[in-house]
Amino acid sequence: MLQLGVAEPMRECEYSQISTRSSTPMETPYKKRTPKKRKWQAFPGRNKFYCNGRIMMARQTGVFYLTLVLILITSGLFFTFDCPFLSVQLTPAIPVIGGVLFVFVLGTLFRTSFSDPGVLPRATPDEAADLERQIDVANGSSSGYRPPPRTKEVVINGQTVKLKYCFTCKIFRPPRASHCSLCDNCVERFDHHCPWVGNCVGKRNYRFFYMFILSLSFLTIFIFAFVITHVILRSHRQGFLNALKDTPASVLEVVVCFFSVWSIVGLSGFHTYLISSNQTTNEDIKGSWSSKRGKDNYNPYSHGNIFTNCCAALCGPLPPSLIDRRGFVQSDTPQPTPPTNGITMYGSTQSQSHMCVQDQCIQSTKFVLQAAATPLMQSEPVILTDEASLPGRTSLGGPCSGALPLGGQPTPPTSTPNLSCDNGMLPTRNDHSEAHHHFLTPEEAPSPPGMLPCGSPLGHSHTIQGFYNPASQDSLHEDSVRGLVKLSSV
Amino acid sequence: MATEFHNLQELRQSPSLATKVFIQRDYSEGTVCRFQIKFPSELGSRIERTLFEDTVKTLNTYYAEAEKVGGQSYMEGCLACATAYFIFFCMETRYEKVLKKISGYIQEQNEKIYAPRGLLLTDPVERGMRVIEVSVFEDRGSSGSSPSSNVSSGISQR
Repeated sequence: MLQLGVAEPMRECEYSQISTRSSTPMETPYKKRTPKKRKWQAFPGRNKFYCNGRIMMARQTGVFYLTLVLILITSGLFFTFDCPFLSVQLTPAIPVIGGVLFVFVLGTLFRTSFSDPGVLPRATPDEAADLERQIDVANGSSSGYRPPPRTKEVVINGQTVKLKYCFTCKIFRPPRASHCSLCDNCVERFDHHCPWVGNCVGKRNYRFFYMFILSLSFLTIFIFAFVITHVILRSHRQGFLNALKDTPASVLEVVVCFFSVWSIVGLSGFHTYLISSNQTTNEDIKGSWSSKRGKDNYNPYSHGNIFTNCCAALCGPLPPSLIDRRGFVQSDTPQPTPPTNGITMYGSTQSQSHMCVQDQCIQSTKFVLQAAATPLMQSEPVILTDEASLPGRTSLGGPCSGALPLGGQPTPPTSTPNLSCDNGMLPTRNDHSEAHHHFLTPEEAPSPPGMLPCGSPLGHSHTIQGFYNPASQDSLHEDSVRGLVKLSSV
Repeated sequence: MATEFHNLQELRQSPSLATKVFIQRDYSEGTVCRFQIKFPSELGSRIERTLFEDTVKTLNTYYAEAEKVGGQSYMEGCLACATAYFIFFCMETRYEKVLKKISGYIQEQNEKIYAPRGLLLTDPVERGMRVIEVSVFEDRGSSGSSPSSNVSSGISQR
């Protein structure tokens, strides 16, 4: 960076840095050796990581532990109390098959819960700035207070698909991707967020999820059937009540399995249908490819026949994780849009007066409050002009004005980010997610208390950028008042 | 002050990052990984169109090979399923192998074609497979600069 003192070491560093071979991060001699951080420690989403980044889960994992406990207890009771009797009376194959199913269920559960569902890393500041420029060019000058919604249309196999811009991740979401408001990540081929497995279900772990619910259905039916068989065989000898007294655990198993069977087998059936038609839960709930939407509406991703769709979903190639959890953070590389205060710099061309997003928002907030309360001071417009004329203006304005449509046209999260495996939870969760996302979008700006005020002055600073001559105090005052009105309506 | 002046001299002599050009994904064939072959205007003066387009086409071919749903991927999928996916602990998937090939290819392209022209390709996998990032370095071009010093001076985006 610009502080490098001596020519030769700097040249040394630069030569190493530009090396086209990937190398360990170069540390300049004068820099203090700070402990290297792994990328998962700086991950902007709301995930929890364990085992030094090897395991990745959602923040709320309580229900996952419930799932695990139910499976372990029920299977444990089955192997302890029912299997000895059944293996003697019927065949020893019963505990063997049960054991295989049990191992399969746990293996697929852990794969689903602990793996990266297909999280898309957030855009680097350069990418975000480049996209902003393209959008500005495409839309022309901002028409009025509200910029138009950011969508891109693309034709896929003859079907027009809209790609939405994600304000949190600063990217245009690929087709079938969606932003999970619980995990605060964009996930490729997003299916739903499942609290039972404590993770999102997306492109990378959908097959594990499907195999989990399928094998769990078999295990549940298996245990249910053989526990009933056990009780019946015993009843032949001792009578029903005595049989129950001898095997009280069986009662618990039957109850758990009875209630599980309906939901899990039903869910397996539903996902079998989804796989065979190559749809996600998200798309099915929204009716994206339903013929009710239009005569020509069809699923452009379907391969045409059920067999190919199933094979592609279950036996297709497994893409590796894009977020490189265990890699080391390079201190001189651009970090993706951070959730909190962060000064982003790259190379030696970036000016040191590059203000961070939070500072700009705080300044804008101060401005609005001052403008509303008292007559504007002469110095204020000067400050804002300076802000506007800083290098990389568009990238500065990007994160903030990116949150602007929140007041106007928020990009609604898909309803199913909060869809749990229990469909009953859907309606309330929907509203919650809408509201939740509503306040989440300017998250890259200050912490929650600052978010609301941020909503309006963002629009204000955006307007300022529009004209470099924040001419009269009156127009500024009017804008601030308008901003405050917007604030109150949010 | 003296330090700053000294550094500016250094900057004048060595190339520095001018801009970055991003090649976006092409979703016209669905969600398969494919990049747009459209030649960006910012690179017009720096590299021949055919060279650049060949690079992108080759990358697209590699990605298509990685994502091909065919005999080998079925074998891998069925074997993995049969072992309750434990085999992924021991085995590298085909996709990962192809990604390694791609990163070797990009390195080779950088060394042979792009670095001598003051450009640097970043592997899309480091940008979440969203874009091919092309870093364009300013042509400070002191007469004594050799292609290798162009390659080695500047900022790596890794």
